[in-house]
Amino acid sequence: MDSTRRDFLILGGKMFVMTGVAAAAFEHVLAGSPEKAESYHIADHWWAMLIDIDKCIGCGHCVRACKLENNVVDEAYYFRTWVERYHVDPLDINHPTVDSPNGGIDGFPETYPDGKGEKKTFFVPKLCNHCVDSPCTQVCPVGATFRTNDGVVLIDKDYCLGCRYCVQACPYGCRYIDPRTNTADKCTLCYHRITKGLQPACCEVCPTGARQLADLKNPNDPIHEFLRTHAVQVLKPQMATGAKIYYSGLDGSVR
Amino acid sequence: MKRFKDVEHLLRLAGIFLFALLAFAVARAELVPAGFGKYGHYRAPAIDDVRARPIAYAGQAACAECHADVVELRAKARHKAIACESCHGPLAKHVDNTDPLKPTRPVATPLCIHCHAANTGKPTRYPTVDIKDHAGTESCLSCHKPHDPRIVS
Repeated sequence: MDSTRRDFLILGGKMFVMTGVAAAAFEHVLAGSPEKAESYHIADHWWAMLIDIDKCIGCGHCVRACKLENNVVDEAYYFRTWVERYHVDPLDINHPTVDSPNGGIDGFPETYPDGKGEKKTFFVPKLCNHCVDSPCTQVCPVGATFRTNDGVVLIDKDYCLGCRYCVQACPYGCRYIDPRTNTADKCTLCYHRITKGLQPACCEVCPTGARQLADLKNPNDPIHEFLRTHAVQVLKPQMATGAKIYYSGLDGSVR
Repeated sequence: MKRFKDVEHLLRLAGIFLFALLAFAVARAELVPAGFGKYGHYRAPAIDDVRARPIAYAGQAACAECHADVVELRAKARHKAIACESCHGPLAKHVDNTDPLKPTRPVATPLCIHCHAANTGKPTRYPTVDIKDHAGTESCLSCHKPHDPRIVS
């Protein structure tokens, strides 16, 4: 074979480039055809939720609906959303008494005497905060949990190892390990519903409208007017998680 | 005369490099799941997996399609803003196929007191009752109609 150094380098270069192209093309073959046209466009949405503490009556409809909609294990300790009752001395807000019997699924027993002017009692519904910079997605070693481009934190159940890092990382305690699959689980903001134009199950059944789904990219969403005219807060703002569950009327004692 | 002597060992080395590169490309294509990295460090089809979940609650619009009479009845009632499935439960299966899955009527009093039992935590303007004082063992339905609970004498 009468090859020159130049020929050799050119041949090698060509083969190198071809291998890359082939690998890239093969990836496409594996991924299947490009996305089929559909009515839901991820880029047009940025999901959030508004919770009005002043409207919550602690009935637990949201907790029940969430379990039924998402087939959550029907035991205490497994909740995608739950309701907490705070009982706070206004002069000592750093030491609230908090209870949540079975996540508030059957409402709350009348435990505290109606001591007018002594302590305040109120309900705080909680769920995944769908953080923009969520700690849970950052610690996942395999990329099994992620924030979508429409602002919802989801779990890839096929890819989750069940290592529990994310359960520890969530500052809001929103994750649990599903005992049936041994994978992480949490609120999806009813992603299967909101992408079809429906409300999340908890918002659908809330009798007082205390929970409202909000699309921050929709200029006609009433959330914009509400956020302009009300004092709202997210949970643990000092964690800089970019939480998107906005609470109106949130007391300083809420953790 | 050949310009280069003893190039064979270089070719062999290049062959090994190319083989390794090819092996890497094949292994990567095999091991990295489809769609991984399309939007970020995750499997893009996982989004569709989550979306594929069937719904249990049909949504208010689906109820109103057939039960316009109840919607009209409730239009001026205090309960107008409450979704049907809030009391009647998840009924997406009933929407898909109305006949075999007739929803059962909710049991009134336990359902009513879920929301209306007196509790210190509830907002002060929200209507609550102490059920024992208010009705004793009487059913709520004796006086109130759930779709329009105001008592009209």
